[in-house]
Amino acid sequence: MIGFLLITFRLPQASTMASMVDNLFDFILWTSVISFVGIVFGKLLFLVRFRRKKVPESKTAYITGHTAMEMSVAGILLVWVMVIFYFGWVDYKKLRVAPANSLEINVIAKQWLWEFQYSDGRRLTNELVVPKGRPVKLIMTSQDVLHSFFVPNFRVKQDIIPNTYTSLWFEATQLGEHPIYCAEYCGAAHSGMLAKVKVLEPDDFEAWQVEGSLGPMAALDATANAKVSPAEMGKTLFSTKGCNACHSVDGKTGVGPTFMGVFGHQVELQDGKKVAVDENYVRESVMDPQAKVVKGFQPIMPTFKGQITDEEMSALIAYIKTLKEAVQ
Amino acid sequence: MSSHATTYVSFLEAEKGFKSWLTTLDHKRIGLMYMATSMIFFMIGGIFATLVRLELMFPGQTIMSAGTYNKFFTYHGAIMIFMFIIPIIPAALGNFFLPIMIGAKDVAFPRLNLASYYIFIAGASFAVLALMLKGADTGWTFYTPYSIRSGTSVVLVALGVFIMGFSGILTGLNFMTTVHKLRAPGMTFHRMPLFVWAIYATAIIQVLATPVIGITTLLLIMERVLGIGFFDPALGGDPVLFQHFFWFYSHPAVYIMILPAMGIISEVIPVFSRKHIFGYHAIAYSSLAIAFISFVVWGHHMFVSSQSDLANMLFSFLTMFVAVPTAIKVFNWTATMYKGSISLKTPMLYALSFLFMFTIGGLTGLFLAALSVDVHLHDTYFVVAHFHYVMMGGTVMGLLAGLHYWWPKMFGKMYPEIAGKISWALIFIGFNLTFLTQFFVGYLGMPRRYYDYPVQYTSWNIASTIGSWFLFAGFLLMLIYFVKSLFFGKRVAEAANPWGGKTLEWQIPSPPPMHNFAETPHVTGRPYEYGVAKL
Repeated sequence: MIGFLLITFRLPQASTMASMVDNLFDFILWTSVISFVGIVFGKLLFLVRFRRKKVPESKTAYITGHTAMEMSVAGILLVWVMVIFYFGWVDYKKLRVAPANSLEINVIAKQWLWEFQYSDGRRLTNELVVPKGRPVKLIMTSQDVLHSFFVPNFRVKQDIIPNTYTSLWFEATQLGEHPIYCAEYCGAAHSGMLAKVKVLEPDDFEAWQVEGSLGPMAALDATANAKVSPAEMGKTLFSTKGCNACHSVDGKTGVGPTFMGVFGHQVELQDGKKVAVDENYVRESVMDPQAKVVKGFQPIMPTFKGQITDEEMSALIAYIKTLKEAVQ
Repeated sequence: MSSHATTYVSFLEAEKGFKSWLTTLDHKRIGLMYMATSMIFFMIGGIFATLVRLELMFPGQTIMSAGTYNKFFTYHGAIMIFMFIIPIIPAALGNFFLPIMIGAKDVAFPRLNLASYYIFIAGASFAVLALMLKGADTGWTFYTPYSIRSGTSVVLVALGVFIMGFSGILTGLNFMTTVHKLRAPGMTFHRMPLFVWAIYATAIIQVLATPVIGITTLLLIMERVLGIGFFDPALGGDPVLFQHFFWFYSHPAVYIMILPAMGIISEVIPVFSRKHIFGYHAIAYSSLAIAFISFVVWGHHMFVSSQSDLANMLFSFLTMFVAVPTAIKVFNWTATMYKGSISLKTPMLYALSFLFMFTIGGLTGLFLAALSVDVHLHDTYFVVAHFHYVMMGGTVMGLLAGLHYWWPKMFGKMYPEIAGKISWALIFIGFNLTFLTQFFVGYLGMPRRYYDYPVQYTSWNIASTIGSWFLFAGFLLMLIYFVKSLFFGKRVAEAANPWGGKTLEWQIPSPPPMHNFAETPHVTGRPYEYGVAKL
């Protein structure tokens, strides 16, 4: 039953490695299910046939063991697990060795966002744009604690360590967006450290590279681009830049203060002073987060200096202004 | 305890007053003190688990903030591991029954035994103090560099773990010496009950592995307090080194947790099947084999940690060998029931649940031992489900089997059978609902230690949380009937040997007298002589 349900709830196989990993998974699954059902069935049979009502206490058999049977159980099992080990290792080698022509992208993980740096200097936050059908190699490091890069749809995962580079490769086979999770516990907003891989057709990827527009705007159609209001663009940026990992827009206190109903009001800082939330305070808090920390919160926000353009900053401020009250 | 006339004085009545307990050197009383303490921690850890599940019932904030959630799952893990599941079977039931089962009057070093208990209490106090100060939010694994930088009371918790480790080392030493030196005449190694073999194998691991966690926590404390860079890259340290140190202890520790439970299963199944245990030697020596293998597989916790590919290959290869001795045991327990006379009393129901759930726990371990599959499943809920099937489906089911099996022996009173079966059913259903669902959600990619999760995982999480309520209800009922039986239960006449056990503890009155045996027993045969061929 376990097996049946697992099969019914399949993950998309969006990389060249996914079906390979799933095949071994299925092999272990079905051989396990068959042996498990066999063991449980055997037990139930014993429970019925040898229940006390049927066999008196004094009429049980005297059996102390059977060495040949023990040996054959051990032997069969050893062969089975060695087959599993062998294919696990063979497949793992494929997962580890990136093809020579891979597109290399640097990844910097930090509490609690992802930064992707392309060889042409382009930087994206919480969005990794890759072409379909070409191997991509990620060279990753962390700025603070351990993180782990995990794309379930690709079946790849690798821990990220400060002061060390680790790497991982994949070749995407399905267009569209695939979630990226942080899989190594990294503190307060661990579960908010989300991003996505956006897989484009090779031509679109080329075009996107030449275009030179920054991250989230690339996601929008060029013609629609002009019609987007700053507040709408800010709303997109709010999640693509990872603000939402720590800040809510509905009044709930997260790792950082909520943005609902703060603009234009005063907030109390850690030293007891009060400051009005205006355009300059928001800008300062993004570029130099430790300068004026709101009372009751930890000084743990990373700076976004150099990662947010002036246009994006204005858009974010415009969005925060709309968060007067209630849910957006 | 009882107004009924008895021809002897039990260990419970031999001395009166609170002080007589606190200063006792009797292994049975020390065992019961461990049991009471660890059971309280089990309740606290269980309440945290229930709250964690409640928070996870829906995505987003349900009942607590992210910071509180991170503390609660840390408390749940640390309390359950260090203060409940490690001490509960060896230090509580092992203390009580190991000397009796080999025909001894006490353990080899009774004073050291009491000292071990107080060392445990001292260590636990530091950990509890930490929870009352700033708490801890590192997870029970204390991974660096997060644990170096966390603003919580990590040092106190680490100190508590360090101190509690000595309690385990000394208890292990005590039990090994007891087994070697205090066996009754005729009690050869191959006539020892399998529970004794299991505790013996456990003691070896405790003595050899626990010092490593002591050293590791000490280094962690030195790094936090003195700023010496062992593990934090910012200070020139290596965070992956910490993982090696940590799992070098904590993987063998998994077998400290499961082996004693396997010992209980080896006692309960023959008695309730009225059969000689199938493959006595295979079970006894597979315990030792597991103890040995447990030291060379720690790296399978680190397949995606940046450990070298060669190391990964070797650890995956070695890990596969764990399957052999464990499967041998499951095969032997099952074969023991063949042509028996099976009675489905509560202890046997728990023993059968152990077989059912532990087998799932073992089989799902194969997915995680296979390198390529583990890359996907690592640090997801699949792992959470797997170790709960082994630890709770295995160890806790074994503990509950033992607790019901020996309850009349320890207290001279019977637990209520019907309430026992209802509680068993609630726990069995609740456990499988809570954790079977987590295999699915883990395969689908939900990472562990997540406060919030994408909406597509919601239905699995709701089911899992509902399961935790069944578990909660089952354990609550058990607590009520055990306490009730203790204070208001009638002393039963047949309590000396209600199950027809053949091991030595069933040959003396219940509760046992102060010095266990009126005269030294002389052992002439093996402990599981059931069956007609010998009649």
